[in-house]
Amino acid sequence: MSSDLGVPVAVETPWRRLDPRMLVVGPVTGLIRLLPVAVILLITGQGDVYRLWIAAAIGLLVVLAGVVRWRTTRYRITPERLELHTGWLRRQRRSVPRDRIRTVDLTSKLQHRIFGLSVVEVSAAAGATAESAGLSLDAVSRAEADRLRRELLDRSAVSLARSTPAEEAAPVQELARLDWAWLRFAPLTFSALAGIGAVFATGFNLVDDLGFSPRDLGGVGDAGAQLGAVPIWVVVLVIAAIVLLIAVVGSLALFAEGWYGYRLTREPAGVDAMVLRVRRGLLTRRSLSVSESRLRGAEIVEPLLLRAGRGAQCQAVSTGLAGGLLQPPAPRAEAHRVASAALREPTSEITGAPLRHHPRAALSRRLTRAVVPAAVVVGLAFLLGRLVPALDWIGPTSLVLLPVAVFLGIDRYRNLGHQLTGRFLVTRQGSAVRRTVALQRTGVIGWTFRQSLFQRRSGLITVEAITAAGRGAYTVLDVAAADGVALADATIPNLLAPFLPRAPG
Amino acid sequence: MATATVPASPASPPLRPPAHQVSPRAIAWWQLRQLLWLLVIVVPQVIVLLALGPDAPTWLVVTAAGTGAVLLVYGIVVPPIKYRIHRWEITDEAVYTMSGWLVREWRIAPISRVQTVDTEGGPLQQLLKLANVTVTTASASGPVTINGLDARDAAELARTLTETTQATPGDAT
Repeated sequence: MSSDLGVPVAVETPWRRLDPRMLVVGPVTGLIRLLPVAVILLITGQGDVYRLWIAAAIGLLVVLAGVVRWRTTRYRITPERLELHTGWLRRQRRSVPRDRIRTVDLTSKLQHRIFGLSVVEVSAAAGATAESAGLSLDAVSRAEADRLRRELLDRSAVSLARSTPAEEAAPVQELARLDWAWLRFAPLTFSALAGIGAVFATGFNLVDDLGFSPRDLGGVGDAGAQLGAVPIWVVVLVIAAIVLLIAVVGSLALFAEGWYGYRLTREPAGVDAMVLRVRRGLLTRRSLSVSESRLRGAEIVEPLLLRAGRGAQCQAVSTGLAGGLLQPPAPRAEAHRVASAALREPTSEITGAPLRHHPRAALSRRLTRAVVPAAVVVGLAFLLGRLVPALDWIGPTSLVLLPVAVFLGIDRYRNLGHQLTGRFLVTRQGSAVRRTVALQRTGVIGWTFRQSLFQRRSGLITVEAITAAGRGAYTVLDVAAADGVALADATIPNLLAPFLPRAPG
Repeated sequence: MATATVPASPASPPLRPPAHQVSPRAIAWWQLRQLLWLLVIVVPQVIVLLALGPDAPTWLVVTAAGTGAVLLVYGIVVPPIKYRIHRWEITDEAVYTMSGWLVREWRIAPISRVQTVDTEGGPLQQLLKLANVTVTTASASGPVTINGLDARDAAELARTLTETTQATPGDAT
């Protein structure tokens, strides 16, 4: 260790360890998972003792691994970097320059919360050198986690060397909080599907862990026998109703668990720095902090069902962050309001800006791209019906796809739009998931123009604004060729000028 | 390196083509690559045909001849077209490339946002003294790549770009 070498270091930042309470959390989590299985095995006598021994051995290993991890993990924040040393046999030394830190994420699952712990996850921009893109501390005390969060996002600390912690520089400002009426949007989101998955996975795991098949239960076998006597469409309807019910209940539960206590705030982090902070979660508490200087824009996401229910969700577009939900599914106006509050711009300057429509040629392109694949599927379905007589209903049924494809094509065209406002480039596209992005013009770090043979025939191009934030590129789809280049040229003046024909040289 | 004339049609974007073409040896590189594909796809079929002799099914003869013809024509026709399209240019402010055949692509990255510059070349390219230059920015959406440059030009280009970008402060986001 460097301190043993006797090098005259003026102020060596002391190393810190993870919270010793994490020694308990790991094994306890493991035990809780093993407990029901062990109890059932003991009661039913189905499992042999040998399986229990394996469980006990695994438990011991978990405890030992925890101790080793606690003994060998050290971290510290120096004025320039966050450093983390881990590992016993295979040592890892990771360090992240503080000026590259983008987000600090605090998560406490139920078992962490019981012991007052938090997991800290730090994500950073990948540098040119072999520096780590992020690291996680699992786990530290809640107070320490909060201190880390504040210190790591305080960019001014780099220069000021934390002489004056200007905590009271600006008060915490609340931008949004949960309204339980939004629960009505829960079944309209993707989490409805996830809800089904979660319920089934839990049930299946439980059954599988216990080591018996559902068929062994008398009831299931009987039900199967009775089902045989009922017409097939009744069975399908009943199953559909059950799945729908599970989806609705599951999505409500997921919404409640995920968004309980939701608050979006703007908080000071150092002298001039501000962070946006999302806090949420019932059992697992989550806290996401996005440094405001890293924020490059906002995105309004509207999956088809949610859009039909006049709901939407706002996402941050920030460097070093792929997702970054700022709010639960909420009324559309609320989503635009949150975007506006986060970006400190009136809605009409960002995601709510009146958009310019794309040329009619884009409509035929959207229609072709939706209808042609659908027509191919219909053709194959008819072919299959011809070949397999038992499936002759599949061809006529597949005709439903055609009007759906036409609807999607028209909807996709109607949703296309773009606008350049004072500080933002706004673009919208998509039907199944409609996305409206407002991207800071200064956050654009390059352009890609793309034109296929078909697009060339109809005089359209696709413009991609390249950025370091979010998904990395945001597209303006099927815009008139000249307009697309003019848009890019207007967004960042002077970059394109030398490559336009009218320019000298 | 010839300068191209702009096809002034309203259908294509009003961007002038970048100033420089890639190395003419790039045509040979693309054709050799096509030849490799030809070997990989057609030769096994021919071997099976020869092994089976007169018992070979007719459809195998058709696929062998078909794939062979398509790959051959593609290999002869497309590389010269690609050579005409692929162009690049570096100014003090930006990297500008044009590529693609069926789908044309114009990419522009400001020099001030460039993070890394790499040159690399596979065995075929080394044989032909060619190299690719890859210019990466802070974005996750894919770097700007110039394929089939003369190896010496590529090294020189990477050196100038690296010097320019190192002179630019900040983390280029």
